[in-house]
Amino acid sequence: MTDAFMVIANLLAVIIVIPLYRVMKGPTVFDRLLGVGAIGTKTLVIICLIGFIYGRAEMFLDIALVYAVLNFVSVIAIAEYFKSHKLDQ
Amino acid sequence: MAFNDILSLLMVSVGTFFMFVSSVGIIRLPDFYTRIHAMGKGDTFGIMLILFGLCIHEGFTLVTAKLILALVFVGVTNPVASHALARAALRYGLKPIFELSKKTLKGKGEADGNALGT
Repeated sequence: MTDAFMVIANLLAVIIVIPLYRVMKGPTVFDRLLGVGAIGTKTLVIICLIGFIYGRAEMFLDIALVYAVLNFVSVIAIAEYFKSHKLDQ
Repeated sequence: MAFNDILSLLMVSVGTFFMFVSSVGIIRLPDFYTRIHAMGKGDTFGIMLILFGLCIHEGFTLVTAKLILALVFVGVTNPVASHALARAALRYGLKPIFELSKKTLKGKGEADGNALGT
């Protein structure tokens, strides 16, 4: 079962590259922010899986909870910041 | 292999598939609002499936309580973050596309007619 979780975690680490392309290339700043949110969600899953792989799920799940809160707050804060910068066209 | 192991592995695999599909949607869709549609639904469903599969693998312990806490938190906050992002983009002045131009259909260019941050 640990090997299967290892395979899934590696697969997710490869999948993270796909939103990273959107973060680098995205036309607007909101596209980049969207990619950052998607990367944060996948990282949360990887942290949970690493906890199960190493057999110390209690500690890693606390880290995952803090990471979820941090991801949410950062996306909301940056979105609120860029909302006030209107286009001048 | 016990039955709950098979069920847990199945749910984790299906969740990974949904995360892959939402990532491909973030790349392939033509507009910011369509991209956020892919991210807000597919990613949330994928992470909820994966965490529920880990719950089934663990059984009834404290770890399960923390997993359910993370599951509920992500299931609530990920759509809220997507909604706030779309609302901020609308306030900012980013216009959604209403019909696909030939340039977009060819997959060559992005729909960045009114993009500021290029």
